[in-house]
Amino acid sequence: MSEEFKVEIVNPEKSFLIKEDVSEVVVPAFEGEMGILKDHISIISFLKPGIIKILSKSGDENYYVEDGIVEFKNNNLSILTSSIFNLNDFDKSKQQDLLKQAEEEASKPEINDQSKYLVDQKIEVLKSLN
Amino acid sequence: MASLDDLKKRIASVKSTQKITKAMKMVAAAKLRRAQESAEKGRPYSEKMNNVILNLSSGISDKENAPKLLSGSGKDQIHLCVVMTSDRGLCGGFNSNIIKKAKSYFAKLSEEGKELKIITVGSKGNDQLKRAYGDKIISHISFKESKNANYFDAEKVGKIVIEKFEDEEFDVCTIFYNQFKNVITQIPQAQQIIPLNTETSEEDKSEDSYEFEPDEDEILSNLLPKNISTQIFKAMLENSASEQGSRMSAMDNATRNAGEMVDKLTIEYNRSRQAAITKELIEIISGAESL
Repeated sequence: MSEEFKVEIVNPEKSFLIKEDVSEVVVPAFEGEMGILKDHISIISFLKPGIIKILSKSGDENYYVEDGIVEFKNNNLSILTSSIFNLNDFDKSKQQDLLKQAEEEASKPEINDQSKYLVDQKIEVLKSLN
Repeated sequence: MASLDDLKKRIASVKSTQKITKAMKMVAAAKLRRAQESAEKGRPYSEKMNNVILNLSSGISDKENAPKLLSGSGKDQIHLCVVMTSDRGLCGGFNSNIIKKAKSYFAKLSEEGKELKIITVGSKGNDQLKRAYGDKIISHISFKESKNANYFDAEKVGKIVIEKFEDEEFDVCTIFYNQFKNVITQIPQAQQIIPLNTETSEEDKSEDSYEFEPDEDEILSNLLPKNISTQIFKAMLENSASEQGSRMSAMDNATRNAGEMVDKLTIEYNRSRQAAITKELIEIISGAESL
């Protein structure tokens, strides 16, 4: 019995990634990391900044996301996100840029609790990438 | 009748116009391919987003406390219309079609005694609406600098719309854009985005029940603002494909018309040249005869 399912990552511009032979995906869901295996119950959740790990036969892949929605249904995992980067071609300068942006945002006085939390998450993740 | 010199000049000028329209057609064709591609690539995202929201909203038990972006503000008095047009002209009926659609909607609104507010996106629409509805336009956005429709721009428009909604400046929001069908046909669309129309696609509602994490309300209130940006982005993509398609067929027509005009002028030129020669000959012969 195969233990594989299909994952599809879409961003507003295009279909970012489609993979059919995925054995496990770990997504940074809003209330903590969530590992998804085959035959998971249908679920909708959204993402906080973090790393998506895709484990498959053809090799593991890591992506950095800032936000998004995950939907899992009938062994189809769809991830909708507007900001996603492959960690393989995620270089230092890009990381520094994002970090700077996030820190600027975090230092704004009018920021509300929720976005503050998200920005802090973002900074933490970006720093941990070093 | 125009003199030979004048005709010559006109032929030359029509020919150079033809060259320009031909070049514009080529450029539009190249751009169209790209715009069409990105419009097609952008579709999965907005479709998926729509699906998720439909699933969510059908799962919501407490309609009373549903997020306002979904259920509306409970009133139907002030309408905000986002009219999306291009920044450049010379694209046939593209802009006028949207404006026509929008104006008929405006007329309907004022008949019903509703209040109207307009946001124009793209300078051509702003130009055309300024005269009749100048006092209704509350904001004008133009993306002349960005070459292609991008999500960042759409998000900007989305943010403005949401801010105004939260300030209770309007109750219903409709966007106007051209849907790209093919190169010759673009259909002007009016799409209501606030409150979200969830009844349209009743048939593909799935039976599965989802697990939500966190709960529906929280996901929805996060998702809905994003959905607005996504819908606007979709409209922008459709619009840019339509614009190029419309421009391409307009320029194709213009090139053909210019060709016809050159032919007609050339015949006229040849005729009047022949007439001049004949006239001169008659003069010489009759001069010779009188001697």
